[in-house]
Amino acid sequence: MSHAAAMSASRPMEGMKIYNLKLGMWVFLLSEVMFFSSLIGAYIILRFAHPEQWAEPNTVLNVPLTGFNTFMLICSSVTMVKAFAAIEHGDQAGLRKWLIATIILGAAFVGIQVYEYIKLAQHGFVPGAAAYAAEGGPLYGSTFYTMTGFHGAHVTIGVLALIFTAVKAFRGKYTSTDYGGVEIMGLYWHFVDLVWIILFTIVYLI
Amino acid sequence: MSTVPVEVGHPSVQHWAEPGHRDDRSFLRKYVFATDHKVIGAQFLFMSLFFLLVGGALAMLIRWQLGWPGTPIPGGAILGEAKAPGGIILPEFYNSLVTMHGTFMIFFAIMPLLVGVFGNWLIPLHVGAADMAFPRLNMASFWTAVPAGLIMLSSFFVTGGASAAGWTGYAPLSAVPEYSGVYLGQKLWCISLIVLGFASLMGAVNYITTIVNMRAPGMTWMRLPLPIWSLFITAILVLLAIPVLTGALILLLFDQTIGTTFFLPPDGGQPLMWQHLFWYFGHPEVYILILPAMGIVSEVLSNGSRKPIFGYRFMVYATIAIAFLGWVVWGHHMFQSGMNPYLGATFMTSTMIIAVPSAIKVFNWLGTMYRGNIHFHVPMMNAIAFVAMFVIGGLSGVFMASTPVDIYIHDTYFIVAHIHYVLFGGSLFAIFAGIYYWYPKFFGRLMSPLLGKIHFGLTFVFYNLVFFPMHNLGLDGMMRRIYDPNQYEFLQPLQPVNTLISVSALLLGAAQLIFIFNFVWSLKAGKKAPANPWNANSLEWTLPSPPPHGNFTTMPTVYRGPYEYSAPDRETDFWPQSEPPGTRTGGRREEVHA
Repeated sequence: MSHAAAMSASRPMEGMKIYNLKLGMWVFLLSEVMFFSSLIGAYIILRFAHPEQWAEPNTVLNVPLTGFNTFMLICSSVTMVKAFAAIEHGDQAGLRKWLIATIILGAAFVGIQVYEYIKLAQHGFVPGAAAYAAEGGPLYGSTFYTMTGFHGAHVTIGVLALIFTAVKAFRGKYTSTDYGGVEIMGLYWHFVDLVWIILFTIVYLI
Repeated sequence: MSTVPVEVGHPSVQHWAEPGHRDDRSFLRKYVFATDHKVIGAQFLFMSLFFLLVGGALAMLIRWQLGWPGTPIPGGAILGEAKAPGGIILPEFYNSLVTMHGTFMIFFAIMPLLVGVFGNWLIPLHVGAADMAFPRLNMASFWTAVPAGLIMLSSFFVTGGASAAGWTGYAPLSAVPEYSGVYLGQKLWCISLIVLGFASLMGAVNYITTIVNMRAPGMTWMRLPLPIWSLFITAILVLLAIPVLTGALILLLFDQTIGTTFFLPPDGGQPLMWQHLFWYFGHPEVYILILPAMGIVSEVLSNGSRKPIFGYRFMVYATIAIAFLGWVVWGHHMFQSGMNPYLGATFMTSTMIIAVPSAIKVFNWLGTMYRGNIHFHVPMMNAIAFVAMFVIGGLSGVFMASTPVDIYIHDTYFIVAHIHYVLFGGSLFAIFAGIYYWYPKFFGRLMSPLLGKIHFGLTFVFYNLVFFPMHNLGLDGMMRRIYDPNQYEFLQPLQPVNTLISVSALLLGAAQLIFIFNFVWSLKAGKKAPANPWNANSLEWTLPSPPPHGNFTTMPTVYRGPYEYSAPDRETDFWPQSEPPGTRTGGRREEVHA
């Protein structure tokens, strides 16, 4: 960078020691926390008010399958960290390799979720009111699809952003001193992973 | 984690203005898909003034119906048979009018005026930056807000008309089309506000990052101009409150479209949950609508009084306190909702506590003006009006905060009077103050002070004639949102008051034409503005009017706070923030903290 530009002022700038992109991503993730909190909060209120509408765990939802999916998403966080660690040391090949691995794991997660949705819909478990009164109540499906659906949308956007990041990585746009794009991608990805761990617990396991 | 500096995106890498450099950006880049924060601020200004007009026109229709119930509006035939056959407003259309007046004013007029316009105009200039931290995100924010507004506007023209469930969109009225008679319009209302939420989010991320990271050397937190402090706290509120509204709107939209039952009691849904989610957003929203106005007023009052702002630090702390308390008072909108009365008592207490930081601000404004060398310029008049009107609105707020009183005045015109005293008497007067104050800086021309004073005087008088009697209407039992109060015998004696209010409202609307004329006429024919027409201290006044693309030629250095007016031993009564100590005046010397 133009160190000259930074040093031209007689005094350093006020502000934090982290760069704008990273600060901006952290700020954005705070709002994401509030968004998922509103959905989770609504879920808690409804479930406490009408526990009878929820089926026993592992009767409607396939916990082993989604457990495997959860494992994959956690693995994808590991590969994301590997990608970031690689570019911090200027390892271009490592960056590309681990980014591709993260994309594959993320896409597989979305794929399995779509498969799960199709299977559930075939059994009549849809967010319509009366269609599946036999298996829990209407709120069960409504909250399930809303919460997992918005998380799935976040993963999908994350995979698209990862592809964008990977294309830039293959063009050699990141270096050991300019890795901001990879780092904020990682922040977002870990956040999505973290949200899933909470959602998996309260939607599938409890 | 990173010991190596990240090059791209480092705050010190900025594109400063280049003197003598020919600006070769295309028209589209310069004025339409602009990334310059000053242009985006102006874009937001034109957009939100347009929606202010729309919201005002809806208010005129509401007042026509209440002033002369069942009388055809002159020229009302253009509204169409479905809305006002023969020019007489139908009750269903009246519901839409009330809903959309609130929605447009809150989400598309006051909020973008305060946050979109002044946030964009002031933040980079006041912190000493070339532009926002993310200029392209800034552009995206504006071009997301525009379609949101158009979607909202379009809902008037679909079958069934625009949303009629109130600006609060209470479920199940808003969730079941048969209840309100509005079909597509209600869905468009949800979609529009969801889209607008994205625009607000992008803005908030940008503002926070810019204020935290892009401050020039010497611009410490306690030297920030108060509008920036207010906008910073407001941006945090926007960041955390809007997503909750988005979540609630999504659940509501699902109830309307894909057959979920989040807010529908027959299938276990909870209407009260909508109110909790909505007001969890809604009360911070109230402070989103007033905090930037307080910042603008602090700036103008200090300048107009030629005195440092009284209690700068306490202004900052009070802003933070209001924002924090704003999160724990949402239940005071719901005393009558059937929630647990014990919960009402806690919300009553927390609400009353907010009066403390608010009062600190009011007394600081009074202290600022006390024995000041007051210059009654147009921004100053509007700022003083803000303080007075905010006191009235704040005091009526205390009435509603206490549950026993609220049981009596809930959902009456008392509430309407209160909200307009803080939102019109408060926020809008501050917006006028801000526009009159910064117009010369951003458009390079002075607005006519004579027209400004006439506009202010008429607005102030008619505004009070419109909204003050509403307190009495409310105490006499007139319900808010009512189509024709004369259907109740006990409200019939109030008709003369309603007619007075409506006449005043029409005159209030007419007085705004003076502002529009002054605004448009001055763009072309106003006197050329000097760099510093108000002899103010903050950084933007050291630049030409309007400032060039990139603002400063080099990174400015800041030596003092923004309110050093009438410092002793100086020839001038102002002291620019970036003026090096000990220069020019030979007056009091200051140590250079290098």
